[in-house]
Amino acid sequence: MKTTNAASSAGPDDAHRRVTNRRMSPLQRQQWSRRLPLLPALLFTVVVTQFPFLLTVWYSVHEWDFLKPHSFKFNGLRNFSKPLQDPFFREAALNTLITTVGTVIIATIIGTFLAVLLDKKFFGQGFIRTLLITPFLIMPVAASLIWRHGFLDATYGFVNWILESLGFGRTGFTSKHALFSVVLVLVWQWTPFIMLIILSGLQSQTQEVIEAARVDGANAFAVFRRITIPHLRPYLELGALLGSIYLLQTFDTVAQLVGGAPDARNIPYFIYQRSIGGGWKFGSSSAFGVVVVIATIIIANVTLRLISSLLEGEK
Amino acid sequence: MAFFTSSSTRKTRFVGERQWVSRISAAMAWAMGLLFFFPVLWMVATSFKTEGSAQTSTPNLNFDGGFDRFREVMKDLPGTLTFFKALGTSMFVVLVSTLVVLLLAIPAAYALSIRPIHKWRDVLLFFISTKFLPIAAAILPLYAIFRKFALLDTRLGLIIVYTSMNLPLAVWMLRSFFSEVPRELIEAAEIDGASFMQRVTRILLPIVGPGVSATALLCFIFAWNEFFLAVNLTTFRSQTIPIWVTTMISTRGQFLAKLSAASTLACLPVVIAGWAAQKRLVRGLTMGAVK
Repeated sequence: MKTTNAASSAGPDDAHRRVTNRRMSPLQRQQWSRRLPLLPALLFTVVVTQFPFLLTVWYSVHEWDFLKPHSFKFNGLRNFSKPLQDPFFREAALNTLITTVGTVIIATIIGTFLAVLLDKKFFGQGFIRTLLITPFLIMPVAASLIWRHGFLDATYGFVNWILESLGFGRTGFTSKHALFSVVLVLVWQWTPFIMLIILSGLQSQTQEVIEAARVDGANAFAVFRRITIPHLRPYLELGALLGSIYLLQTFDTVAQLVGGAPDARNIPYFIYQRSIGGGWKFGSSSAFGVVVVIATIIIANVTLRLISSLLEGEK
Repeated sequence: MAFFTSSSTRKTRFVGERQWVSRISAAMAWAMGLLFFFPVLWMVATSFKTEGSAQTSTPNLNFDGGFDRFREVMKDLPGTLTFFKALGTSMFVVLVSTLVVLLLAIPAAYALSIRPIHKWRDVLLFFISTKFLPIAAAILPLYAIFRKFALLDTRLGLIIVYTSMNLPLAVWMLRSFFSEVPRELIEAAEIDGASFMQRVTRILLPIVGPGVSATALLCFIFAWNEFFLAVNLTTFRSQTIPIWVTTMISTRGQFLAKLSAASTLACLPVVIAGWAAQKRLVRGLTMGAVK
């Protein structure tokens, strides 16, 4: 934004403008009138999201037990020696990765399959679509608790009844296979969301191209691989992006479905546990937070760049 | 991959194959739809049982509870978080925060699409990138700030955090709707001397109304279902519906039927709204963003 010549361009005929807006050239004024509508949202976001983050950085170089008054002491980078050595933190980081990536991949595969099924006309199409999107609308806390006590419970769970009827033994899923249970419920909740996005991609596809390919003798699989998948790419990316944004923050499912079981504990739950969830070690927890933020920024940047096709095609 | 068959046989096989395929795919769609919906159906069914018939190792269809579980969970017990109190808090917080989100996001989306600022792409990426910040890392300073300014356990506190939680998504969605509006319309209004407010309320909003309502709905869903911030920033006065649901869990005695009834009630507003607006919801997420 070069406005160097703006100040010198003010002539006598600009008097009326100087009254309303001193030292502003028309270009600058125009730019500010464009920026102005953005400012409230931008300011709000900076204050509510960036300011706490700066405080997190500040806390992270201090020793601070929230329950002990006057325990706020500067201790340099000592807190940062912990995250990389702490085996529990490394486990939480791995669990976060598994839940996020695992759920996104599985939900995208099932979601694409369901979207393809829903894209064809059949009896009860709208009804089935309505049924399919419902898991996404269910409150995660309620979903977690219902799955835990009604479906995955070793004695009373519906899933265990099916397994027993099929000749398998009953298993305490949420205690013995905590990570699996978390991914299962997350896939159930997020598949509908990704399915909806892919479905809208399928419906925006022009039928002529497909018809032409089929008349040329391409079979359904070839049409799907060579025409539909490339067309769907931005939709798949959008679904994966929005899905991972929310899945990275998964807390309810870990807390309510498996009660924070160590083998499913992810980073949000880990930091919660070390701080307001009972640990009250605000200083070292903040250091964990800072490490996570830096890692996330790197990952997010790479991801956003890879999928910046979402923002292309516009002026 | 072309199949070299004579054109006449290909054509008949094509049609026959199609009918067969479409029947199979319809059957699979029904099977998958029922499979995905079953947990919800079973939850609603369980809420019409007594605790005894809800918690059995072999599922049954004894709906011997009637509406008793609903009455039970809606009962006012002094000193506990009651349904109507949590409902009042949730409704107020969610509606106000959604409204504030729209008030902030509509002008912002305007500045990112209709009359875009320089580097609008960077600003949009900034908004999205704030969603990548782990909320667990921001909750400590939020907790400390809230304590300092007496925002802990208040509706205002929740409104602030829910607004910031939904704002990036709303800006993203609204921008994609706005970028579909022909710029000539806005420019013509500008030449006619319409102010910014007039341009937005008289021209823009009537065109993108459905998109705005879809955005509002998504904000409503996420705020209504939010648990982490609510559980950490409130203690008693401002507890919301998701927290009320967790109070159904008790270590003594059976609670599955009660939990199911509470969950059914808690999910009802969002499920109904989501069913009603399912088509718009997708348009908002995909339109403009992917073209």
